[in-house]
Amino acid sequence: MDFVNAIILLLNYVFVPALSYGSQLALGAIFVTLIYGILRFANFATGDMMSFGTMVAILFTWYFQSLGISLGVLPTALLAIPFAIVFMILYMLIIDKLVFSYYRIKKSPPVMLAMVSIGVMFVTQAVVRIIIGPFDRRFFDGERFILKANQFKEMTGLNEGLTIKSTQVLTIVITLIIVSILFWFLNKTKTGKSMRAYSDNEDLALLSGIDPKKVVMITWMIAGILATIGGVLYGLDKSFKPFTYFNNMLPIFAAAIVGGIGNPFGAFLGGYVIAFSEIFLTYAYKKFFMYVLPESMEPDSLLQLLSTDYKFAVSFSILVIVLLFRPSGIFKGKVL
Amino acid sequence: MRQYANVITAYVIMICLIILVGIFQSWAIALAILNFCLISAVMTMGANIQWGYAGLINFGIMGYTALGGLAAVLISVPPVREAWQVGGLSMLLCLGIIVLIVFSVRYVLKNFQKSKRKNIYITLIIITGLIILRIVSGPAIHSIEAVEPAKTGFLGGLGLPIIFSWIAGAFFAGGLAYVIGKIALGLRADYLAIATLLISEIVIAVIKHEDWLARGVKNVIGLKRPVPYEVNLQSEQWFIDLVAKWNSGKLNLISGAEEKQAALSQFVIEGSSVFVKLCYSGLFIIVVAILLIVTQKALYSPWGRMMRAIRDNEEAANAMGKNVVKQHLLIFVLGSAIVGIAGAMMVTHDGLFTPGSYRPMRYTFLIWVMVIIGGSGNNFGAILGGFAVWFLWIEAAPIALFLINLFTSGLADTNAFKLHLINSVPYFRFLMMGMGLLLIMRYRPKGILPEKINIK
Repeated sequence: MDFVNAIILLLNYVFVPALSYGSQLALGAIFVTLIYGILRFANFATGDMMSFGTMVAILFTWYFQSLGISLGVLPTALLAIPFAIVFMILYMLIIDKLVFSYYRIKKSPPVMLAMVSIGVMFVTQAVVRIIIGPFDRRFFDGERFILKANQFKEMTGLNEGLTIKSTQVLTIVITLIIVSILFWFLNKTKTGKSMRAYSDNEDLALLSGIDPKKVVMITWMIAGILATIGGVLYGLDKSFKPFTYFNNMLPIFAAAIVGGIGNPFGAFLGGYVIAFSEIFLTYAYKKFFMYVLPESMEPDSLLQLLSTDYKFAVSFSILVIVLLFRPSGIFKGKVL
Repeated sequence: MRQYANVITAYVIMICLIILVGIFQSWAIALAILNFCLISAVMTMGANIQWGYAGLINFGIMGYTALGGLAAVLISVPPVREAWQVGGLSMLLCLGIIVLIVFSVRYVLKNFQKSKRKNIYITLIIITGLIILRIVSGPAIHSIEAVEPAKTGFLGGLGLPIIFSWIAGAFFAGGLAYVIGKIALGLRADYLAIATLLISEIVIAVIKHEDWLARGVKNVIGLKRPVPYEVNLQSEQWFIDLVAKWNSGKLNLISGAEEKQAALSQFVIEGSSVFVKLCYSGLFIIVVAILLIVTQKALYSPWGRMMRAIRDNEEAANAMGKNVVKQHLLIFVLGSAIVGIAGAMMVTHDGLFTPGSYRPMRYTFLIWVMVIIGGSGNNFGAILGGFAVWFLWIEAAPIALFLINLFTSGLADTNAFKLHLINSVPYFRFLMMGMGLLLIMRYRPKGILPEKINIK
């Protein structure tokens, strides 16, 4: 019985949160990796682009709420996502047209494009803050929990409760759906294949008649979808604050590089690697060992490998280690 | 002379702008802006050495700045004897253990052949080392932090004059840069950018959460100053005489003796804060001047030519027998050390160390905007970038307010849209920075004052 309790404890505090956080990172990491693989630059505006998409979704959510439209148990924001995606794609295409395309046509070095993306980051950040303000906003409505700790305890008669938030399930399910569609698209459709070809060898792809403009446009569209959904899911699960979104750029980059930048599947797994290691290394295992070990061996310290303050530092250290020993990432990068 | 015409014009415009602020807002604000412009100029010079001379991207400027600030604390704060008594020995022991770990890892790396065994040894050394560290430091940290947590709760520093920290900050930052450079300099340009950005976040996390070192987010306040305090100045006779002499024209206009006295004391209060800021400006100008002379000399020396050769064509430079890796590491350390000086200068100027305020937006990306806008590879350009961007960063809000009022003058004062815009005035500075960066990169990619190399 104690053993089951210990497992539930880990599930509740480590596994479920890490899985949902990992999904949110994974969407962002695929976004980074797609841009890197096809447009060939590190996009420092990632976090702020996600916050822009989320902001639009929040505005639509408010509008729907004021009209009295809701999805019942599901959050209204889900209804707002498609509209937000349309705006986001428009925004990205405009930015590409105004800013990035110039350097792409001039074939500037990737560093130049990364610098330009910093300019985009500043502007996007300003736009978001001017429109919606820098404050913390919660826009979740509908049923908060699928399974409450008390219900679970009553159902199973265990000491430990298992809480599953509806946002966590939503995050995981939506991520899986989106990612499967994306992989199907990249591997099976003609457009997807042309994108992969373009990423692999640009000149060869051009020779075989692939239209670069179309590839770039579709990349931005997919990026817009990923950014909006990733941002909205993160905001639903935690809350929306422009500054946190900017900061999230860092673990997202870590996930993309750990998975091998330019490799979407690697980025997808990288998100989970980062999330799980962050939470595994900063969780206090005292209670877990109290269940598992006999009473005489009970630990008296918290048994925490690292204090939770170092949550971010964990993912960055993993990144540094990966860069040192396998600069191309765990799953060889640079082939879409 | 003609070739320097645009440099001189740019600087004259900049100085005029600051003087205008002095006339229209106040001299204290103008001098504060000037001081921070000078600090930014030092930072941009550091970044410019790395990016402009050698083409290395360093997005870790925030980390070096914070280390410089840490140096200011560790040099100037008097040691907390009680804390040293309860935990000092163990902390020194920890330092010894860290050194031991590093050296034993190096020993294994050097003396063992590449094999699985070697990797296992290294992991074993690191893991056991960390466990021992944890056991030794845990109780010590706890007892150090328990010493008057509201006031101290840390080991304190050396109690030396804070001016020494400018040198110590350079060494701290240079040391970190050496380690990072050893790890990350082999990476491709954009990987290097990301890696340095993330490493600087780790540095900040450590400074924020290791309370025994510098109180973490509880901040260290009231650092000693290298210049006189306003309160002391106000009671000094020579200073009052000086202010009276300076303002004699205005004072003569006032007739009553009592009113004259009141006006004089007002002038003294204002004058003292201006005087203190002027002292800082003097110190900072000395630093900027020294750095400028040294970097200019370096730029036109054989070493500078070699750096440009490496930047423009690594393979060719390598083929000519130049050690690219070594030179990259050297310049990475030098540039970071300069940024460290700036960090220490900033904490000296503020008189407080607040780890929570170090954010990549302000300390990394803004500095990069300065370098790009000013002109990479040109020291005068870098300094100008520091001045111009910092000036805009501070004056963006008044400018934005003015523009908003201008464009919405047709709307009523209670108009929701206008009110919303006015409330979000502080965020227009990001917009201006971003637009500035994008425009400069598009239409003047080499910056306001582009790099010009005169071959003699």
